[in-house]
Amino acid sequence: MPFKLVILWTDALIYLLLVLVIFFVWFVRHNEHLLVPWRRVGHSVSGMMALTVLTIFITIGLLDTVHFRPAIENNSSTYSKVYGVQVLSLFDVIATPLRTSVEKTYSAPFAAHLYTKETIELSGGSQIREFPRLKFGGAHLYDPETQLVADVIWRTVVGIGFGIFIWCVFVASIVMLIAYRCGKKFKQTFFAIFYNETEIPWRAIFIMLALILVLLGSALVLSSYYHIFGTDKVGQDVFYQSLKSIRTGLVIGTLTTLIMLPFALLLGIMAGYFRGWIDDVIQYIYTTLSSIPSVLLIAAAVLMMQVYMESHPEFFDTIAARADLRLLFLCIILGVTSWTSLCRLLRGEALKLREMEYIQAAHAFGVSHWRIISRHILPNVMHIVLIATVMDFSGLVLAEAVLSYVGVGVDPSMISFGTMINAARMEMAREPMVWWALLSSFSFMFTLVLSANLFADAVQDAFNPRVKTLTFVDRKFAPR
Amino acid sequence: MTSLLQVDNLKTILNASVTPVRAVNGLSLQILRGETFALLGESGCGKSMAALSVMRLLPEVGEIVSGSIRLSGKDLLSMPETDMRRIRGKRISMIFQEPMLSLNPVLTVAEQIGEVLERHFDLHGVMLQKRILEILNQVGIPDATRRMSEYPFQFSGGMKQRVMIAMALAGEPELLIADEPTTALDVTIQAQVLDLMRDLQRQKGMAILLITHDLGVVAEMAHRIAVMYAGEIVEMAERDDFFRNPAHPYSQKLFAALPGRTKRNQGLAVISGNVPSLSIKFVGCRFADRCDQAWDLCKTIAPAWSKINPKHQVRCHLYSNEAEARFQNQIKDKKSYSKKNFVSQESIDNSKLLNVINLKVHFPIHKGLIKRVAGYVKAVDGVSLAISRGRTLALVGESGCGKTTVGKGILQLITPTAGSVCYDGLELVGLDRKRLRAKRAEFQIIFQDPYSSLNPRMRIIDIIEEGMNALNTKAESEIGNRVHQSNLSKEQVVDALLQRVGLLPETKWRYPHEFSGGQRQRIAIARTLAVNPKLLICDEPTSALDVSVQAQILNLLKELQSSLALAYLFITHNISVVEYLADEIAVMYLGRIVEQGNVSEVLEDPKHPYTQALLSAVPEIEPKSKRAVIHLFGDLPSPANPPSGCHFHPRCPKAMPVCSNDYPKVINFSSSHSARCYLYEQSPFS
Repeated sequence: MPFKLVILWTDALIYLLLVLVIFFVWFVRHNEHLLVPWRRVGHSVSGMMALTVLTIFITIGLLDTVHFRPAIENNSSTYSKVYGVQVLSLFDVIATPLRTSVEKTYSAPFAAHLYTKETIELSGGSQIREFPRLKFGGAHLYDPETQLVADVIWRTVVGIGFGIFIWCVFVASIVMLIAYRCGKKFKQTFFAIFYNETEIPWRAIFIMLALILVLLGSALVLSSYYHIFGTDKVGQDVFYQSLKSIRTGLVIGTLTTLIMLPFALLLGIMAGYFRGWIDDVIQYIYTTLSSIPSVLLIAAAVLMMQVYMESHPEFFDTIAARADLRLLFLCIILGVTSWTSLCRLLRGEALKLREMEYIQAAHAFGVSHWRIISRHILPNVMHIVLIATVMDFSGLVLAEAVLSYVGVGVDPSMISFGTMINAARMEMAREPMVWWALLSSFSFMFTLVLSANLFADAVQDAFNPRVKTLTFVDRKFAPR
Repeated sequence: MTSLLQVDNLKTILNASVTPVRAVNGLSLQILRGETFALLGESGCGKSMAALSVMRLLPEVGEIVSGSIRLSGKDLLSMPETDMRRIRGKRISMIFQEPMLSLNPVLTVAEQIGEVLERHFDLHGVMLQKRILEILNQVGIPDATRRMSEYPFQFSGGMKQRVMIAMALAGEPELLIADEPTTALDVTIQAQVLDLMRDLQRQKGMAILLITHDLGVVAEMAHRIAVMYAGEIVEMAERDDFFRNPAHPYSQKLFAALPGRTKRNQGLAVISGNVPSLSIKFVGCRFADRCDQAWDLCKTIAPAWSKINPKHQVRCHLYSNEAEARFQNQIKDKKSYSKKNFVSQESIDNSKLLNVINLKVHFPIHKGLIKRVAGYVKAVDGVSLAISRGRTLALVGESGCGKTTVGKGILQLITPTAGSVCYDGLELVGLDRKRLRAKRAEFQIIFQDPYSSLNPRMRIIDIIEEGMNALNTKAESEIGNRVHQSNLSKEQVVDALLQRVGLLPETKWRYPHEFSGGQRQRIAIARTLAVNPKLLICDEPTSALDVSVQAQILNLLKELQSSLALAYLFITHNISVVEYLADEIAVMYLGRIVEQGNVSEVLEDPKHPYTQALLSAVPEIEPKSKRAVIHLFGDLPSPANPPSGCHFHPRCPKAMPVCSNDYPKVINFSSSHSARCYLYEQSPFS
């Protein structure tokens, strides 16, 4: 085998999550009444557009999750293969050109020259100070001054064309699939989508997809010749870094939430439902916990763990394994410290719900406490959980950035939005300013969080039985 | 008298949902100066939207499509918004239904009234304060100088509604729109507020547009009446004409649906179905689907106005053609009286099913850092009552007197502080959880608000099955024609139950929000029936429902009682429901029962001054039988700090010095009738 599969801790958890999601989907598909609200999600325009974007992000994140160690060319004729210490992911392999095209230091987006002047020794022995050419960015150009703009435009057009081509293939295959499944003609289905008469808003999805593919296509074409988001201090491509950060963001967002949820749900509902001394105890716990500055608490925990890890280097065979464990611990620590606000919300809601007449009726039927909690209270607080977790998702991505700033965030070797922002922050003060690292991490984070928010909105609407979402029939006869 | 408000062919739509809701569809009316014009109708008929259209205060989605609204000749609809602000509060003002929600909790009462005065009369400083005081005195707020600087939470419900009226009156309006002004209030308070409105109208000569669903209130207040149905007015008449001879089948049905003593042994007339959704396009008469006198013409052509006499007009084909009408009237006579008669079950054994002795439920008031108990709210303070199998005991009283707590205390949903609840010979107080659970199936509760008593996230089948699962009731139930059903699956039992309460079995796959209030209440009843209870505690099951729907539910309850021999503890404040349904009655005041007896004894010859006042405050529909209203002053005292002696003495018109010393003992008037009052201490019955 030319590689050795490596399953890091977070990878394992993500696989587990994936299995759970697949099982959940399977379960829902076999229960008609559970399927109905999800169908309504499928009918929401903004929700489906957000989902399209999210899918791209998640795909990148998942590709970045499959880790392995490539085999090293072995000159000595031993039987056992030797694997490199560098852990790569599937995504790294795909993005090899981006990963390996490292410049000397900063360079602006689409630049052909470095951002800093260097003393260059001419062949004649004399020295001049000027901006040297980049090793990779725009290296194919003979005279960047005159050729650059035209070249960028040309390649953008090629990229867009490429994107549209892929899009056409994609759309055609999906339309064909729908037509096949509905037993209709291709043309019929196509026009139904074109006039927005399908139940699932395929037209909106296709528009979104077109946008994504055009952007992606041109980015792909351009990025093999230029650093489209520039390079950072050590000359690494910022576009590559941004893409790598997606996984870190997703891991922190999802795993932390998963760790936090059981605490918040169980303790919050118990406090509100049982009241009395249980309520008092839980309230004291979370009041105490939330009165300690969370950064302090996290910093202490992270530092302790860091010291422990450094004194036991034998536990980790690669740097990646160490960085990964640190990420996992960060998730756990964030999860354990951040459940209080959701817990408080849920306690309040449970206090309100326990007085509802249907809960009283359940008491009158002698329904057991745990059954009341699981059947009556839990489903009725799920919308709060959903909103809170999505809000937290963005908050956690930001928290990671803050912690990296303090120096207790993810491992410095791990690329994340936090480390990117942290690295870029110093350069904002510099003249001329280095703005691209911040901009690119900001725009990626923004897109990720926004689409997650929009999707959660759609889910919430669909699951709220009192809100009626418009179906396609309704849209056709919408007033004026 | 000249016309003050003239509304012509007003059409208001709401763009809220998919298709526009035609909330008001061609409303025309005329209100004269100084008269009370009542707009009567069930909920969802567009009454409130009509009022808001007049004020031009429609919600964001609302839109007036056509028509005109003229206030003494001036067109309100063509006015710019800035001019409209000069009209609102000054010439037209409005009182809303819920006094708790219509006052701003962070402003004092004086500030809120002052707002109107500053805006319309440019009063400031001392002048302003003086005027506020004057207005508060006008609406009968005691100790107004002190209370004007208090916040709304320091006022009781009735007082808040007075403050609302004060705010509305501050601008000295020509037209007062009162949107269900007393629906949220108790009868005794309602009588006070209605009196106040009548007095003020007489003094100021203002016109009142009274929006209500309560025929009793209309009978007391209105000069002219318009009945609204599905967005349009179907009948308009002078009060006496209307009450003597309601013309439209809908109006007739509303009267027939009212419960009362005279209808005790028969089913109430029901209007089948619900008020139609206003988003559909109507062809023909809007009431045709629910009307039992409808014929082909009704379904195809919308009826125009026909005049019965110059001041009484109706929108019905029955009156459009004299001959036709007569023919139809004959049918009506046959049809509308073919009601079911319930056999009153005299043969029921008289053994007591439930015996409550001296039940007390006290809630501790915690204070301070360590939450030491500083006192008790004595919500229920020594209540004794008994219910026989298959009988109905009505528990009557104002809100806040502890009725609901009694119900929950009996069910052990709240642990009683003291006393005994004996169900079928078994003491329930202090029974351990396991044994109590085994008994739970036998006594169940139906709640007041059908909207909060069903879990919105559960399907009907899950809701109904819940009790069966929890209590492990086998399908050996008596429901569904009393067939031995042990071989039926749970699903079939649910089907049978739904049919029993008059719903289609297919509805079991739906969620509660897809049902109307009345249907939800049916589901709640089906849920309790699933476990075969012997005793049902009905906690105001109809007070959130419209009259026609209330009739359906009361019929259902009565039918279930006669077929399943259920015993009911019927908690209510609605005397007419009591008259219709109850066998015995217990009147509660501040945690204690002040009078108890058979329905006929108590209602015909009330002994306790509180019962007398309560009964006299109920608005009567028949103008002839009007009793003199006994006015009660003030509100229900706080159960945390009840008055010494007889709890009622501070409000009692017949209070004696002795009343403030000790709580009176029980005086028996007959074997079943008893009261607690010093007035009868020396009576020969004792």
